[in-house]
Amino acid sequence: MEKLLMKGSEAIAEAAVRAGCKLFFGYPITPQNEIPEYMSKRLFQVGGAFVQAESEVAASNMIYGSAAVGERVMTSSSSPGMALKQEAISYCAGAELPVVIVNIMRGGPGLGGIQPSQSDYWQATKPGHGDFHSLVLAPASIQEAVDLVMDAFDLADQYRNPVLILADGLIGQMMEPVTFRQPTERVFDKSWAVTGCVDRKPNIVNSLFLQPQDLEDHNHKLFRKYAQMEREEVRVEEYLMDDAELAIAAYGTTARIARTAVDAARTEGIKVGLIRPITLFPFPKAAFERYVGQVKVLLDVEMSMGQMIEDVRLAVHDRIPVRFYGRVGGMVPSPGEILDQIRTLAQEVSQ
Amino acid sequence: MSAEEKIVFSYPTGLTTKNTHYCPGCLHGVAHRLVAETIDELGIREKTVGMAPVGCSVLAYEYFGCDMVQASHGRAPAVATGVKRARPDLYVFSYQGDGDLASIGLAEIIHAANRGEKITVIFYNNAIYGMTGGQMAPTTLVGMKTTTTPTGRDPGERGAGNPIRMAELLATLFTPVYITRQSLLTPQDILKAKRAIKRAFQLQNTGFTFVELVGTCPTGWGMTPSESNDWAGEKMVPVFPIGVFRDTEKGI
Repeated sequence: MEKLLMKGSEAIAEAAVRAGCKLFFGYPITPQNEIPEYMSKRLFQVGGAFVQAESEVAASNMIYGSAAVGERVMTSSSSPGMALKQEAISYCAGAELPVVIVNIMRGGPGLGGIQPSQSDYWQATKPGHGDFHSLVLAPASIQEAVDLVMDAFDLADQYRNPVLILADGLIGQMMEPVTFRQPTERVFDKSWAVTGCVDRKPNIVNSLFLQPQDLEDHNHKLFRKYAQMEREEVRVEEYLMDDAELAIAAYGTTARIARTAVDAARTEGIKVGLIRPITLFPFPKAAFERYVGQVKVLLDVEMSMGQMIEDVRLAVHDRIPVRFYGRVGGMVPSPGEILDQIRTLAQEVSQ
Repeated sequence: MSAEEKIVFSYPTGLTTKNTHYCPGCLHGVAHRLVAETIDELGIREKTVGMAPVGCSVLAYEYFGCDMVQASHGRAPAVATGVKRARPDLYVFSYQGDGDLASIGLAEIIHAANRGEKITVIFYNNAIYGMTGGQMAPTTLVGMKTTTTPTGRDPGERGAGNPIRMAELLATLFTPVYITRQSLLTPQDILKAKRAIKRAFQLQNTGFTFVELVGTCPTGWGMTPSESNDWAGEKMVPVFPIGVFRDTEKGI
């Protein structure tokens, strides 16, 4: 397979096209502008369409429209823009439309900054209004981002649900070699789509249920899908966990930096490992829970003030103490900083 | 049927037979029927997708006999953009009220018009938020009492603004191909409105088409249906004049 050196955002866009994405609706916001820019050239080469929307609100409602006719569609944004996309993401979840959304996170709150951050974990995993979940995939490299984007389209179609790629500004902005695999040949039933009612009754794409019993039934139906995701779609990477007494919990770029720190600590004889959630929803609870009794302290490392740590604590039911180390505002933790944290915990555990 | 019997009037297939929830005297039903008749006459029911808005006509997806998408408040033109860009071979229309289109959805309608999305927008303007209980709309007339302008809409001291004239506003754009305002207040008006809607659908694949319909809200206005029709003719039409503001094919 051909290996290409690509910028993260462009690689994400190319992966989407190769997965069959025919439509992209976007709005400029740093640090993800290369995605709409790339799509504005690329989609017309494959018979698709690109629209620069008037706002993130409009862009996300446009993907609702294209998904309703059964086409593969994507939008992307960064943190403040994602807040504006929440409206239509909730509608997509309610109307059971397959859409893929990329969030290249930056710092917040408010306008925040434009440097890498992981401050949208909550927004991604506890999204929007109403009872719903997006399936959230968190890549730690550009190769993984490419692979996950291709998977995202299949997962969206399979579950008829929004799938979110949650990456930080580093994934979006750095360049790495990538290879693109062939898309799967999976075929999905789209008989629900609004393609014109030829030889059938009209189809309706809708998230309104005025009768309480109907809406309760619908909520339960959606949650059966989320339960299936929790059974079948959890992805997690465990690194050097077999004999680990200390473990780091981290996702995305932070996990990659933590891995370097883990390797360094191992050379000092510290038994430390890494648990890296790849799906943030469904959260890999079992991967944490199984180390109750083995791991003495968990260190959650994030580029936030501590958001995923809540799910880590829930996963271990506080039967393992969970400590936190975070950098925010666009500050990226160095391997040395994390190594210092590991050393301190190792001392604490040995006492 | 005997040889002498001839059907001269029937239910359009563009409508379902479901009873609507509209209040007595409301003209949404008339507007729905005109759209449905157009769909029938053009023979496009099986290649038409409609957008239902938020507001009184939120349940339009249950009334039109074609594929339908329910859109979030004001976003129907954006959703329609997504549909039409994905499937340019389909006829796509949105059906929206004044709160939906002229307030929360102002950005979406202006930019859909400016991009020249090949859709038809049916805009029912009755100068009030009906569904939520009769609050001020962007099209509410000056002095008109609503539940949020209890002393009448006051553009002066209370800073409630003046009615927004959407057809005129959109006609400032270069791109749209057809923009008209009609009314539904008399049988003659209804026939004219029907011709406008049909022309909009016929021109749809040449560019953005927009039909504003002056309608009523007897419940929200606190009037009988016939008082409402009279009032709309006397008060609304002078502010929202009937006319064709753009028809590029005819050089307008």
